[in-house]
Amino acid sequence: MLSIFFKRLLLAIPVLIVVASITFFLVRLAPGGPFDAEKAVSEQVMKNLNEVYNLNAPLSEQYFDYMSGVLVGDFGPSFRFPGRSVTELIMTGLPVTFELAIYSMLIALFIGVLSGVTAALKRNTFLDYIPMSIAMIGICVPTFLLGPLLVLIFGINLELLPVSGWDQLPGDKILPSITLGFAYAAYIARLSRGGMLEILNQDFIRTARAKGLSETRVVTKHAMQGGLIPVVSFLGPAVAGLLAGSFVVETIFQIPGLGRFYVEAAFNRDYTMILGTTIFFSFMIVVFNLLSDILALWLNPRSRDV
Amino acid sequence: MSNSSSLWSDALSRLLKNKAAVAGALILVILITLALLAPWIAPYPYAYQDLDLGASAPSSAHLLGTDVLGRDLFSRILYGARISLLVGFIATTVALIIGVSWGIIAGYFGGKIDSVMMRIVDVLYGLPFIIFIILLMVIFGRNLWLLFLAIGAIEWLTMARIVRAQVLTLKNQEFVLAAQAMGVSNFSMFRRHLLPNILGPIAVYATLTIPQVMLLESFLSFLGLGIQPPMSSWGTLIKDGVESMEEYSWLLVYPGLTFTITLFALNFFGDGLRDALDPKTSD
Repeated sequence: MLSIFFKRLLLAIPVLIVVASITFFLVRLAPGGPFDAEKAVSEQVMKNLNEVYNLNAPLSEQYFDYMSGVLVGDFGPSFRFPGRSVTELIMTGLPVTFELAIYSMLIALFIGVLSGVTAALKRNTFLDYIPMSIAMIGICVPTFLLGPLLVLIFGINLELLPVSGWDQLPGDKILPSITLGFAYAAYIARLSRGGMLEILNQDFIRTARAKGLSETRVVTKHAMQGGLIPVVSFLGPAVAGLLAGSFVVETIFQIPGLGRFYVEAAFNRDYTMILGTTIFFSFMIVVFNLLSDILALWLNPRSRDV
Repeated sequence: MSNSSSLWSDALSRLLKNKAAVAGALILVILITLALLAPWIAPYPYAYQDLDLGASAPSSAHLLGTDVLGRDLFSRILYGARISLLVGFIATTVALIIGVSWGIIAGYFGGKIDSVMMRIVDVLYGLPFIIFIILLMVIFGRNLWLLFLAIGAIEWLTMARIVRAQVLTLKNQEFVLAAQAMGVSNFSMFRRHLLPNILGPIAVYATLTIPQVMLLESFLSFLGLGIQPPMSSWGTLIKDGVESMEEYSWLLVYPGLTFTITLFALNFFGDGLRDALDPKTSD
């Protein structure tokens, strides 16, 4: 158990280094310098700009400078926001995105597990069909369509909820969290239904019922622990999806989070910002994958003694 | 040979009994036909603008209305179908080629080769590919073929795992051992003996990859990082629709509806195919 953990951890480090290096060189490969889009500046100004951002140094030197900065959490200055560092920008956006992700995941887990488990218990009844049909919709309607449709219905036509912003509680949080969480609720519902169906057919569940445990206890104590392992394994990869989703949701609802910063940086060709956020995102995703794998291993009694 | 053809005909009869899958297949056939015939059946060229008209609600002249530049929405959805479906098929083909070769090689040779290759897949699984695609689009410009390749190159991982698992179960069976004993070359082993036996799972997973790929393309187009105007995919149409949805809601609703129905059709057909080819996994 512990050895698996360290093995995975050891593997994660070279992966992150490779990702950071590839990203660094890809960004340097980009045609044109970072300041080409600026109003025509004199050669001297350009030279000074390059000097300030250390772009005149040999590539290898730039690389080692950058990588040693990354090690201590310094992603260098932003090309587009003079005087602000990428780390600063990330730290401004991160709490917002984190908050959005938490709300969405809570919604997704609550709705998903509840409807998935119910569907498995009431298999082939309308309590199975209806949630599973809705889940199919959740998988087929993309976030960037669901969000605007919700805005159109609840924000513009019914005027019930604000259509953008992130200040008011709870008004501003409702639509973005539902938009981002819906697809995950759908996946989680399907996963927990599948996992529960498999577990409910097993002998130890029959034994538990035979010794006279109440159905609630059988389900919550015995079946759900194993039946929800697929959901736990899904949570790690879901973080990557949540990040991608936050690009869209934060753009639609004009939420000042990391996702929107990233999309804006992509448009402004703010190379250091793209570079920094990419490395940061990769780090988060690798860490969350590791955590969800460990949690799934720990929950699965069959792998516990290994 | 007769045995294998009855497997496929069994599967076909199971598939035909599944109403959702048949409906999905029908919708797809109609859609692909319309997309292929778009230049002949679209009432207007896709870039044709009627600036005096501007945005107009659905009418007899413009079946689904026009956008703010007076372009016929129905025609644009038809032409958008070409791009969206093209991305779906080409990127899936790229994913298929990489994934199937990777999986067969890893599964067949086993041992060190297998563990290294599958470790690579595990590692790649954990990476934020969507971010890399955005990075590529920003750095190398919004090139259509680059987009196809990039999307295809990230969707092969699951395919590689599925194919490897299948090959592992096949490679110790008598017919493979017999072929080995007869000195069949590796390549013809893959092509003549292994591949035909794993076509089922490959077909299923390919069908289910297409909607993933289409979603990815439209996601990028929605952010403005995919297909560029005047070309339009469904993703760009939805993006345009969102911008003017307050006044002209049909510009969002019709492209959105078309896209969602297509994804439904693909998913239902894919699920049906899976149930038909592998009755064990259907619950």
